[in-house]
Amino acid sequence: MDHLFADAVKDVLTDHCTPTVVRAIEAGQPRTALWHTLEASGFADALVPESAGGAGLSLAEVYPVLELCGAFAVPVPLGETLLARGLLAQAGVIAPAGSVVFATGRLASDDRLHCAQVRCGTQADWVLVSCDDACRLLPATTADVQVAGFCLDTQMGWPRAAWDSAQAVPGTHDLVTLQAALYAAQLAGALMAVFSRTLQYANDRQQFGKPIGKFQAIQHQLSVMSEHAFAARMAAQLGMSAQGLVPDRLRVAMAKARTSEAALEVAGLSHSIHGAIGFTREFDLQLFTRRLHAWRQAAGSESYWHDVLGQALLDSPEPMSLEWVRTLTDGVV
Amino acid sequence: MSQLDSLNPSAIPAQDEALRQEVRAFLLDAMRHVPAHVRARSWSGYDPEFSRELGRRGWLGITFPQAYGGAGRSAFARYVLVEEFLNLGAPVGSHWIADRQSGPLLLKYGTEAQKQRYLPAICRGEAFFCIGMSEPGAGSDLASVRTRAVPNDAGWLLSGQKIWTTNAHNCHFMIALVRTSGEALDRHKGLSQVIVDLSLPGVTVRPIVDQSGDSHFCEVFFDKVQLGPDALVGEEGGGWEQVTAELAFERSGPERLYSSIALFDEWLAYVRTPQGRTPQAQRLAGKILGQLAPLRAMSVAITEKLTRGESPVVEAALVKDLGTGVEQLIAAAIADDLFSRDAADVPAELLNTLNYITQVAPSYSLRGGTRDILRGMIARGLGLR
Repeated sequence: MDHLFADAVKDVLTDHCTPTVVRAIEAGQPRTALWHTLEASGFADALVPESAGGAGLSLAEVYPVLELCGAFAVPVPLGETLLARGLLAQAGVIAPAGSVVFATGRLASDDRLHCAQVRCGTQADWVLVSCDDACRLLPATTADVQVAGFCLDTQMGWPRAAWDSAQAVPGTHDLVTLQAALYAAQLAGALMAVFSRTLQYANDRQQFGKPIGKFQAIQHQLSVMSEHAFAARMAAQLGMSAQGLVPDRLRVAMAKARTSEAALEVAGLSHSIHGAIGFTREFDLQLFTRRLHAWRQAAGSESYWHDVLGQALLDSPEPMSLEWVRTLTDGVV
Repeated sequence: MSQLDSLNPSAIPAQDEALRQEVRAFLLDAMRHVPAHVRARSWSGYDPEFSRELGRRGWLGITFPQAYGGAGRSAFARYVLVEEFLNLGAPVGSHWIADRQSGPLLLKYGTEAQKQRYLPAICRGEAFFCIGMSEPGAGSDLASVRTRAVPNDAGWLLSGQKIWTTNAHNCHFMIALVRTSGEALDRHKGLSQVIVDLSLPGVTVRPIVDQSGDSHFCEVFFDKVQLGPDALVGEEGGGWEQVTAELAFERSGPERLYSSIALFDEWLAYVRTPQGRTPQAQRLAGKILGQLAPLRAMSVAITEKLTRGESPVVEAALVKDLGTGVEQLIAAAIADDLFSRDAADVPAELLNTLNYITQVAPSYSLRGGTRDILRGMIARGLGLR
């Protein structure tokens, strides 16, 4: 079921999320065509129960879709919307049409709600904001928006009245962990894309009379890239290995930390092997390596999550670290 | 690529996982007075009586068929056992190679008589094996071995020298990669594997002391050692293929994740104390755990491939290269943590364990194939060679 679903997503992305489309949306052109195609396909309803018109999949089953969002550098919040709709359905809130992104907010003394980092905020119709243990859905159209950091990301602000009157989402929701699970999966996809593009380049690019991939130094760099890409992918899969819709926070900590570490290594090695061409806007590599850095920085870098894992490990009286290694890896679906 | 793409999370079956409790209860009792710096030796710790006790409990050769003294269990059952042995620092070096490599090799390539002779003894902890691969002129370049077994009326006449042979001084038998036909220039052709009884006349074993002060590897000399006709394992001339298959067993196991685990656990015990706990130590603890866990999942995924009869050579090389990196990071990063603070209250046993692991850590990325050899194998798997 999930593989058929992922295959369908891959077909649509291959046709409709080309590097040209990614560049256009990054340059500020409307997302309408790509978003409508994705919306019409129903992919964003993967976690919504079948009784409510969705596909009724679990987090573990949608992992391949989220990995594809990374592998295709999808410039609209498909993964965010997919996870948000699952969360809203479970909370009994009818999801509005359009894209949804996540944010953590702070009600400041100026009587405004501030969201310092809204990933993919430029492409959002709605923002699911977590603030003081509450979670509400705010319209992006009424926000003050400023591009911040990566070209698609924003800072957003609303008057307090907008927060007060916004649609409440019942229950407590750990949006940062959910986002981290998503970006770990997208990182895994982008890491594989960067690795396979670099491998291909090393086979094609001729210098000193032979493909540069024939040189031992380059071969070993590619081997190291593959190690990181595969370890990151395993970690990202474990991060999403929940039967239901709520990921395990410590597994996500491992997943986001490991994929973020890999992002730095793999991005560096890929640019090293590509030389100057990989640094140009014209060449597609940058669509992926810029995302490796952006997603490493999203929802907590490796040290943020190392702290979370380390705290759990040190607070535990269990003398064998093996027990924690097993807790993080055993019993996968 | 495709073979690497298929490394997905995989679960240890419940019937194999069920072994863990019994093994751990035994080991916790057996190891309760052994200090961490000794437990840190684990599969470099030799204790024949301990191995025989494991044999009595049915924990050696657990994957071998019952007809040869084993339990006919899957690679997952062995994974659980070995993971417990390593994490509790059991001295499992005596039987380690026989259980991991030599037994499975004989099962795959041995004659019926060889299986009957050696496998039950391995399962009882009475036949310890070492592996004769490297020579003074053939380290990473294994195909250039010069030790030669010449066929004669009595079988094979063996002459030459092996080096870096782990545990040869405590073993009964060696399975050696030797030239049986052709010349060094023939490379992979003409190599075969032979079983050498190390008590035979003409065999000399000399332990080599390593920088930690231990002797776990040896030089072994063969001066016209007469082997029987039944010494040959598998095909004459098939040695290279057999050795390659064998190395997948050597490289895929959990021993490539847990070599520094005694140090990590000992350090965790200290940083859990009020005086030992710092924000920096907490972050480092999370970093190490966050790197170990995905590797363990990869190692279990490889085990799953072994249970399906596959030979995941490239995946095993990939996990070993990454895993030994984390094992070495543990020693380096813990040293930095401890000596970035006022170390006055660091327990002596923790320092002794750190000292031992620091000294042996270089061997992690040598034994079973150097980093550069492993990366070359991965590159071949990626189609670059």
